[in-house]
Amino acid sequence: MRYAMAIDTKKCVGCGDCVVACQTENNVPIGYCRDWIVENVAGSYPNVEVELRSERCNHCDNSPCVRCCPTGASHIVEGGIVKVTHDECIGCGACIQSCPYDARYSHPEGYVDKCTFCDHRLAKGQTTACVAVCPTSCLYFGDLEDPNSDVSKALKNRSWKVLAPEAGTKPQLYFLT
Amino acid sequence: MKEELFVSGRNIPNIDPYLNIWHWEIPVYLFLGGLAAGIMFFAGLFLVLGKEKEMPTTVKWAPFLVPVALVLGLFALFLDLKHQLYFWRLYTTIRMESPMSWGAWTLMIITPLSFLWAASYIKEAIPSWKWPMSILDKMEKLIIQYRKPMAWAMMVLAVILGVYTGILLSAFNARPLWNTSILGPLFLVSGLSTGLAAIIWMSKSHYERTILSKIDITLIGVELFLIIHLLMGFLAATEVQIEAANLFLGGSFTVTFWVFVIILGLIVPAILEILELVGYKIPLWIPSLLILIGGFMFRLIMVEAGQITRYLY
Repeated sequence: MRYAMAIDTKKCVGCGDCVVACQTENNVPIGYCRDWIVENVAGSYPNVEVELRSERCNHCDNSPCVRCCPTGASHIVEGGIVKVTHDECIGCGACIQSCPYDARYSHPEGYVDKCTFCDHRLAKGQTTACVAVCPTSCLYFGDLEDPNSDVSKALKNRSWKVLAPEAGTKPQLYFLT
Repeated sequence: MKEELFVSGRNIPNIDPYLNIWHWEIPVYLFLGGLAAGIMFFAGLFLVLGKEKEMPTTVKWAPFLVPVALVLGLFALFLDLKHQLYFWRLYTTIRMESPMSWGAWTLMIITPLSFLWAASYIKEAIPSWKWPMSILDKMEKLIIQYRKPMAWAMMVLAVILGVYTGILLSAFNARPLWNTSILGPLFLVSGLSTGLAAIIWMSKSHYERTILSKIDITLIGVELFLIIHLLMGFLAATEVQIEAANLFLGGSFTVTFWVFVIILGLIVPAILEILELVGYKIPLWIPSLLILIGGFMFRLIMVEAGQITRYLY
């Protein structure tokens, strides 16, 4: 099993619903977030292109955050989800430094926090909070190894890219272009 | 082509607009770790070479600074932790892939060793010293007997500690300024040089200071060579690393880097040490102080600047 997410940059309107849904679902403290919106404006007027991306942890296949963790608090669970065990985390910040996507933050209580692909919802057979609320249905989540999953089907007929592939982390967020 | 990025829904403390999760604590620790490694390395080296009598400051007196430096450094590391009550989790596991785990375990071995070394010389430093328990007297005799193997262990561990202070940073691929294998040797050489500076400052023997000055001048030469290679390597690498080098070549860290690290921290003290060697009367605490300040500034700048360099926005 390999969980992954595809984000349709042509359908995303940047409303930020995914951000709020995540904060609500996961009790993210005020001022922090596990997912966010990037608006990339390229070109000069009148030839301007806008790309909107809903971003979060890439749950990398080759995850530097898990490698550099001195206590093993950062670890990978089934489906390739990168998680942090709160009472093993010493808050040294190594994983925050190691992430090319800046997807981790220091929780006010001390431990490092991040996107979990809502694994508590997956366990109940639900999808992630951000996917569930997206009003334009631009987020696709599922198992890459299952050809019938939403994410596999979304990637089949579209061109896509990943962010900073040169960082070598094998990220698992696919942006449909 | 112009490109503009707006990140919305996100303004996380110490992460946006740019990463600043490590503050003064880490550079202080890297500096004290390097300093301790430098002093321990030369203490071990000159004991093994049989120079204990000719070079008393190197072998006997300066190592009293090491336990102090290591304890202060460890305390700075502890202050840096955000989940401090769980710090002991470092010692419930060994993680081969994590430089920080290696460092934590190295310190676990080298810190007690530095205390033992100092204890073995305490009666020579303070003749009236008395151990409160007789068992400690026996232990003292034992460690004095085993000084030579301890010296070898100190040299090896000092090199590991010195290199580790660089590898801690260079292992982070996500921060292009740090992600170069030269950083390990560079931090080691810089640490050895700061260690020597401290010993030279303390030493009262002309013979000892002359030998140490000569080694220090060589080390400063090697350090300048490695820094040039660091910048050359970046300029010949990928875009993110060219941007990283440009922080020192016209960017926001140019003045602090060249003035405090290169000129005041390396070139000026090297010139002063050379002038002293050829016979000019120069108080050696001046180059020593400059080297120590330069060594700290180097680590401070590398930690600060490294966190700004990145792959994305």
